[in-house]
Amino acid sequence: MIDSITHALAQNAFWIITIVKVILLLVIVLTVNAYLTWFERKLVAHIQARWGPHRVGPHGLLQPAADGLKFLFKEDPTPAGVDRFVYYLAPFLALTLTLTSLAVIPFGPDPINLFGQKIYLWISNPDIGLLILFSITALSVYGVALAGWASNSKYSLLGSLRSSAQMVSYELALTMSVVGVLLLANSFSLSTIIEQQDNAKRVGFLGWNLFAWTRNGVMFPQIIGFICFFTSAIAETNRAPFDLAEAESELVAGFHTEYASFKFAMFFIAEYTAMITVSCLATILFFGGWQSAFPDTPFWQFTHYIPSITLIPFGLWVIYDGLKYETIWGKLVLPVIGFVMFAIGAVLLAGIGVAPLHAVNEFIQPVFWFTAKVFVFLFFYVWARGTLPRLRYDQLMNLGWKLLLPVSIANVIVTAAVVLLRSKP
Amino acid sequence: MNAALLIFFVLAGLAVIGALNLVLQRHPIHSALSLIVVMVCLAGLYLLMGAEFVAAVQIIVYGGAIMVLFIFVIMLLNAGEEERTDFSKLAKIAGLPLALALTASVAAAVAKSGAAVANPTDPAIPKATEQISTMLFKEFVYPFELTSFLILVAIMGALVLAQREKK
Repeated sequence: MIDSITHALAQNAFWIITIVKVILLLVIVLTVNAYLTWFERKLVAHIQARWGPHRVGPHGLLQPAADGLKFLFKEDPTPAGVDRFVYYLAPFLALTLTLTSLAVIPFGPDPINLFGQKIYLWISNPDIGLLILFSITALSVYGVALAGWASNSKYSLLGSLRSSAQMVSYELALTMSVVGVLLLANSFSLSTIIEQQDNAKRVGFLGWNLFAWTRNGVMFPQIIGFICFFTSAIAETNRAPFDLAEAESELVAGFHTEYASFKFAMFFIAEYTAMITVSCLATILFFGGWQSAFPDTPFWQFTHYIPSITLIPFGLWVIYDGLKYETIWGKLVLPVIGFVMFAIGAVLLAGIGVAPLHAVNEFIQPVFWFTAKVFVFLFFYVWARGTLPRLRYDQLMNLGWKLLLPVSIANVIVTAAVVLLRSKP
Repeated sequence: MNAALLIFFVLAGLAVIGALNLVLQRHPIHSALSLIVVMVCLAGLYLLMGAEFVAAVQIIVYGGAIMVLFIFVIMLLNAGEEERTDFSKLAKIAGLPLALALTASVAAAVAKSGAAVANPTDPAIPKATEQISTMLFKEFVYPFELTSFLILVAIMGALVLAQREKK
């Protein structure tokens, strides 16, 4: 009996593992999404010398949960005169497409060995990973475009017209800016692109595609490619300062003016997921993915304790902050969170000589570097929103067509020339 | 029935339904949406044959760029529902026989070509992208470049026309 069950499980292991991974990734990404809204509101508030959310839970930490509940229980009216099918289709399209793009992102190199199965830290790792991401980006414009059109409202239509023109224009610069990286990697596969930057093991962050210090000392820095990529990616995800599709000072709320309740939340989740995907992509293409910023030589071994060493003081600070917090809940909850962080850090640090703990520490290295870099890009996103004024429409088009596209094409030509010269004996 | 065949029938069925819907829908946006469904299904069929690159390009170029422009123009012109007119007499008489003749000739051509379906597990498949680029930039480089010039001329023509209207 048990034998037959284990046999059936082993036979369908691939499907079971994939389904579990999909569910896990969805849960993680949606939670990160929720806390990204908290992080954004908090950071923008501090940039503007305000407090941000701080009523629901200590430091406003339960605000995302309150927002989620609010979205679920709000009345969901359908405006008169909408094209019903397209009106309901648009938010689903926006959300499913952006969530699908996460399926091809590799988060770490080493598989987990569990129950005799190798479990990789990606759902799928196709040879054309980057092309799949671009095709999803190409399709995701429909969510915004159709939402505005189906709403039967002038502001919505204006918002979606703007955004379709903007996304088509910036897609060119976005695609052109990564060709330099493709020339270096010789592959569309995201994991191959990361592995090709493995000179980072010798020279640290100089080996990333951003600086692209190769073994024979020739450099093809992709800094220009990266600047073009990230600028057009912000435009492609309709985020400030390129959020002309929403432009609340001109168009009420742009393409999602007529959407309420959870349909609005779906657009919101789609936008934040797209931010995460773009940050992952920037990390993979230009910042070495899961490669550490330090060389992998014996001298630099101590950098393997950066995750634990950063957790300890942060945990201590959270404990200190919690003890002097105003509310009872804060005094109770924050020190516990801080102690958990401190304990994890301390255990990992203490495990220097202990084999299983050491293995765990080695395993989290790539994942730590990957998430740390993604976090930096998310910070940039919010920083840009907090500090830069929105572009005018003609400025937006000029920037895309007259600056970003020519510069990224020039970057392709120069990189191609250097790669060609190097490949000649 | 194996999984590949099942996926083929689902995609092919969806593509046919999308194509029919494209003709039968009365609103231009709904027709354009059906066309996107057809494009995406075709991309899926290419993927099934192991042509990953072609599948991705199909979605990026046709499903993305071109159809977005279609929808953009439809939205910009604010095109409403079409009115049904009486079919032309020629279509009434010759429509069905011509359609049947076309189907028959295509079916005959397909039947003659035999089972020329690529095997996705073929080790040669992963280099499909390389094959395409060799063909495009070595064997067919002149037609390819000439086509791009043709498109450039078309764009310039559109620009000239647009500029003239402005004055």
